[in-house]
Amino acid sequence: MTGRLFDKVWQRHLVANPDGEPPLLYIDLHLVHEVTSPQAFESIELAGRTVRRPDLTVATMDHDVPTTNPLGPITDPLAAEQMARLRKNCEAHGITLYPLGSAEQGVVHVIGPQLGLTQPGMTVVCGDSHTSTHGAFGALAFGIGTTEVEHVLATQTLRQVKPQAMAVTVDGQLPAGVTAKDLVLGIIAEIGTGGGTGSVIEYRGDAVRALDMAGRMTVCNMSIEAGARAGMIGPDDTTFAFLEGRPHSPKGADWERALDDWRSLVTDDGAEFDREVRIDAATLRPVVTWGTNPAQSVTIDGVVPDPASFEAAAQRQAAQRALDYMGLRPGTSVRDIRVDTVFIGSCTNGRLADLRAAAGVLQGRKVNPAVRAIVVPGSARVKAEAEAEGLDAVFIAAGFEWRSAGCSMCLGMNGDILAPGERSASTSNRNFEGRQGPGGRTHLVSPAMAAATAVAGRFAVPGDLEGAG
Amino acid sequence: MRAVRRVEGRAVVIDRRDIDTDQIIPAAWLKRVERTGFGAGLFEAWRRDPDFVLNAPAAAGASILIAGANFGCGSSREHAVWALQDFGFDAVIAPSFADIFRGNSIGAGLVTAQAAEEVVATLGAALAGDLEAQLVVDVAERIVAIPSAGFAAPFALPDYARWRLLEGLDDIGVTLRHADAITEFEQRRPDWLPISGPHAHATT
Repeated sequence: MTGRLFDKVWQRHLVANPDGEPPLLYIDLHLVHEVTSPQAFESIELAGRTVRRPDLTVATMDHDVPTTNPLGPITDPLAAEQMARLRKNCEAHGITLYPLGSAEQGVVHVIGPQLGLTQPGMTVVCGDSHTSTHGAFGALAFGIGTTEVEHVLATQTLRQVKPQAMAVTVDGQLPAGVTAKDLVLGIIAEIGTGGGTGSVIEYRGDAVRALDMAGRMTVCNMSIEAGARAGMIGPDDTTFAFLEGRPHSPKGADWERALDDWRSLVTDDGAEFDREVRIDAATLRPVVTWGTNPAQSVTIDGVVPDPASFEAAAQRQAAQRALDYMGLRPGTSVRDIRVDTVFIGSCTNGRLADLRAAAGVLQGRKVNPAVRAIVVPGSARVKAEAEAEGLDAVFIAAGFEWRSAGCSMCLGMNGDILAPGERSASTSNRNFEGRQGPGGRTHLVSPAMAAATAVAGRFAVPGDLEGAG
Repeated sequence: MRAVRRVEGRAVVIDRRDIDTDQIIPAAWLKRVERTGFGAGLFEAWRRDPDFVLNAPAAAGASILIAGANFGCGSSREHAVWALQDFGFDAVIAPSFADIFRGNSIGAGLVTAQAAEEVVATLGAALAGDLEAQLVVDVAERIVAIPSAGFAAPFALPDYARWRLLEGLDDIGVTLRHADAITEFEQRRPDWLPISGPHAHATT
């Protein structure tokens, strides 16, 4: 029998498949944060229900935590109330919480893999769309809304109509200087913001296999920006090496049993997908978004497109509207666009590997005086590990603010925002209107390009900088 | 959840595709711990433009929103659904919806009527000529209609979503009928799968 990775993971979590109802899937790991959970806990309590498996539930605080002085008083009373609620709810229901100030606190999609809680073949959900990140381990992982959070808390299951399976195969080798972020932005540009709707994407091919786990997480993280229900990458030795020895990874004989199981989680030769897209890695370049959705991107060597160049009327209209919002003129070279702020962080690019890539560019260089530059590690542990390597010193010497872990300027809930009209180069995942603050203009880039852009004051790749070999 | 059989009323058209949930309800509103009171934040940034359709007098009291493809993309925030409902919308008609938004809508009782591009365009044109036109979104029959114009067309809504809307079912209640199957499943799970809890590295 030829099976796809997605079917194998789906099948092993099927609890019931009753007539006339969507299948009931078991959930192995439920990640919870302060913003999308309070209403779910309240409803559980009002209905006199309990949390079925607190031992399969893990909570942290990330969305609206302060990143400047995390141990000081929380000055935003609404954020403080949400954090207090989460603390109370976790205590009441016996759920493990990594609160602000904990050594394991951080962006929920950074801490799951870091703790070894995310493993191949699992089902992982969270009230956050970027839960697709965990698919990098060969898990089936997707974002849910608050009513579904309540459903998982009460039943440890979720009703899901089975999505279709889509393959995105990236053949060959990424050119030097082209990162996982460029790869996924390239994929989204190819298939569109709704190209993955109703589907789980399996990323395949040599260029995907060659990525480290941080890169694979970046790719799977942005599956949702193509509308996909989830993204998955088959587990391999890279995955196993990452997991071995993590706090929650299986140990001893269990590790061997787990490995045997995980090695079976591959798409068999000859398996067919509902849709297949092939991309030649050699054609990819460093990418910058110019518009207000993640599919609206251009390479670093490109120019801001002319809305008239789009075929469909809806696309022309969307492009014109995006350029008006972004304050850009068609034909402008990407390298001529100046930025005000550079943000390095988020569940997309806030891992140690991302900070290393940016610091590698910043070593011995200075941020352009016109630029405000901020780096927000994805977790308290990433921050500690970066400091142990001396990366904080590189960032600070270059002129970056070295912050504490949280979602921060990715969605601007905690006060880290752009001013109206301000332009950012951001390693986050969404360039929607107002995403980083009302009127803010966001351009999505890789960590290396964010660092180079901070130095140049305008969009740049590391090779553009003075002294670059 | 209350049952929704049929939505009848005036409609508002936002002729844009890829309307993301950050536009529907900006992140600053997500700090609320209630499910209510989000209507004031609905399309907050766009409503600063006095010409935005939701600011037109005809929008007051409208119960149906018509929009472009891929409606509700982006963030999983169910607050987007709550904001639409709090403002007064009981149904959204669009050529396509983002998956998470659609799931959230059904869970909260907001009808997501997926109609062909031509149908959405026809509805938009009809409303442009008559802002007071009454629309009907019939969940039971899966038909959208403007009776005064003699117009009716089908829309897509998955069977289970239709059933839940019509019955106003509590999803958890339905699932708990399978409690024995869940327990049996749990007994079969490999024992090396991770459980949460304190471990060597945790300090709080």
